[in-house]
Amino acid sequence: MAFENLTSRLNMALRRFVHKDYLNEKDIDEMMKEVRLSLLEADVNIQVVNSFVNDCKQKALGEKIMKGLNPGQQVVKIVSDELTKFMGSTESELILEDKGVSVIMLIGLQGAGKTTHAGKLAKYINKNYNKKVLLVAGDIYRPAAIEQLKTVASSVNTDCFDMGKTNPVTIAKEALSKARKEGYDVVLIDTAGRLEIDEPLIQELKDIKKEVKPSEILLTVDSMMGQEAANVARTFNEEVGITGVILTKLDGDQRGGAALSVKKVTGVPIKFSGIGEKMDDLEVFYPDRMASRILGMGDILTLVEKAEEALSEEESEKLMKKMMDGTYNYNDLRKQLKMINRMGRLSGLLKMIPGMSNLSQLKDVDDNALDFVNVIIDSMTPEERRDPSIIAMSSSRKRRIAAGSGRSLTDVNKLEQMLEKQKKAFKMMAGMDEAKLQQAAERFQNGEIRGFDPNYQSHGKGRR
Amino acid sequence: MGWFKNLFKSKEEKQKAKKMELGLKKTKEYSFQGLKHLLETKKKVDDSFLNELEETLILSDMGIDFVLQYMESLKKTIKREKITDVDKLKSFLFDTFYSMYKGRENEKLVSASNGPTVYLFMGVNGTGKTTSIAKLAYKLKNENKSVMLIAGDTFRAAAKEQLITWGERLNIPVIYKQDGADPASVIFEGLRSAKAQKIDYVLIDTAGRLQTKINLMKELEKIYKVIGREIDGAPHEAFLVVDATTGQNGLNQAKVFNEVAKVTGVILTKLDGSSKGGIVLSISNSLEIPVKLYGFGEKAEDFDVFNIDNYLYSIFNGVLFEEENSE
Repeated sequence: MAFENLTSRLNMALRRFVHKDYLNEKDIDEMMKEVRLSLLEADVNIQVVNSFVNDCKQKALGEKIMKGLNPGQQVVKIVSDELTKFMGSTESELILEDKGVSVIMLIGLQGAGKTTHAGKLAKYINKNYNKKVLLVAGDIYRPAAIEQLKTVASSVNTDCFDMGKTNPVTIAKEALSKARKEGYDVVLIDTAGRLEIDEPLIQELKDIKKEVKPSEILLTVDSMMGQEAANVARTFNEEVGITGVILTKLDGDQRGGAALSVKKVTGVPIKFSGIGEKMDDLEVFYPDRMASRILGMGDILTLVEKAEEALSEEESEKLMKKMMDGTYNYNDLRKQLKMINRMGRLSGLLKMIPGMSNLSQLKDVDDNALDFVNVIIDSMTPEERRDPSIIAMSSSRKRRIAAGSGRSLTDVNKLEQMLEKQKKAFKMMAGMDEAKLQQAAERFQNGEIRGFDPNYQSHGKGRR
Repeated sequence: MGWFKNLFKSKEEKQKAKKMELGLKKTKEYSFQGLKHLLETKKKVDDSFLNELEETLILSDMGIDFVLQYMESLKKTIKREKITDVDKLKSFLFDTFYSMYKGRENEKLVSASNGPTVYLFMGVNGTGKTTSIAKLAYKLKNENKSVMLIAGDTFRAAAKEQLITWGERLNIPVIYKQDGADPASVIFEGLRSAKAQKIDYVLIDTAGRLQTKINLMKELEKIYKVIGREIDGAPHEAFLVVDATTGQNGLNQAKVFNEVAKVTGVILTKLDGSSKGGIVLSISNSLEIPVKLYGFGEKAEDFDVFNIDNYLYSIFNGVLFEEENSE
């Protein structure tokens, strides 16, 4: 790709002051110039860029020198941290009503991908929330838009409601009353593409909103959009009010700076991303991955992780202590997995452990197992992460976590069991003398005790 | 310098520019106000002026590389001509754009000297290929040409129905097959039929495809070859349809599509929004592919041939010149 990534840009700038131990304001300005260009290359809106770069600069000026990083790398870390913070650190859930029928509206410019994503979302809701969806054909303007939604609906085995070219407000109203009568859980309204400055059509959206009181109004945004993404999103938000964003066509080679612009000007979360033409190609949006994509910084993360390694020794001692005194929780589990992850791919790693290399099933080890653990833990509240017992006692919490992570309840239960088993194993080990420990290690190798199960396979959908 | 003042001497030229200006009204209102404001409020050419100018251009999606190149060229001019007043700089702002726009000599639509003229429409998803086909068909029909449409998008749900609906509205034949059929075979049959019926213009729709999808790009390559085998010199135009809201990925799109099917021109769509489609300047500059047509509304007549002089004129009217009102 034509874009240089941020790291190489900064390295160029750094050559000029490579022997400096610290950077003065002028040096930081030099580097911020590169950060700015990098973000502009990614199509982040220039006003957003300016305010962001200013934040980073202030941060950089006030930052203490971190062990293991040169000043330039430190700037990269600041930018990467700020960007992740900016995008939001966790995924957002779909808002659905507890009782009765939930209404979701999909709105956006022409060609953003509303109809396709109506289908994808219907499938997603059905699969992950086990709710019955009614798709509603509200685009009465574009030729064959209704046909398109019908075809999409039948390919995801979902019912589709249309009234031909009737007033879209009436269509929405009738759809809702049908849903109430016939026991649908979610009404998903596809609306016509429109410009954010088209007053009559924007009024139409307001009227629909007033009539059916949606719990979600999702703006679909083409991730290839340039500078205007900010204005478009701002205007839709101010005029109609949006609750979330679906970022579409992310399977292209654009850096997708629009995501940052949209998040900044609206403050609403990006909830999903479209990653292909198939009806399964909808993903929960991961803000941190987007941050690294915008910066074009695959290797920056490595860099930052390396710096964090300096801290990890201290971390592992703490972890050890927690394992032994029984206060081990989900935060610790995640930390532990992260440490393992840092050392390389899980399957490769396990092969290096004596006694594990000739286990035949090793080739089946799922390296993505770590991803799913993270996804589930991300969906827990901080309190739940600290205190696993409150999850164990509440099935409604488990259901919520499952829904939020896009995983099945079984997966959540399995993760819980995994943690419990580990705790048990640690407890046993803590009370053992050396001979017993030796015995236990052998039993562990024979598979009689299982802590972290390397063959854990998720039953949810595959992750990319 | 200042050639632009003599540009629109003929009344006809002036009217064309007016029409374009109407199409671009929103664009002007929403995006070039920044430029206008800048030129009205700043008097001196200094760093702060140049920085603001740079930002204004970036905001129009011309692409950072293009803008930096533009600024560099402008700064050279400023130095050479020793310009200190913003007023004196205005005509150079315009001239620099003009000199960076390449491929303008190929701006006119190409037609076959005999036999059907074949136009292929390509692009990523959702840019407005089908709508552009309908609009061009409408335009050609008004010029008393016989037109045929081929539904080469056999993938997207109801894509062919969309084209068929337009065909019915405009009373133009549409060649199609069932969903999922091989697009090359639909096109092959369509071209045969067009030759037999002595159709003047054949407009071929294709499925939207992201340029990163290797298989889909191969499919397009095959389509392109089939067309060339069936009719000599065809496609006479291979249009890349680009949404005016597109950011810098537009340049990637143009590069990759150009590799599998020689892109002869860009169709810039949705120019009635607040976006300015600046990426086309970047495309023309680096690949010498001109914009040939542009769309600015949902109606069939909201479409016209593109002309860079008119485009720049309409953008700069009221900024660089005294605003001229319609006669």
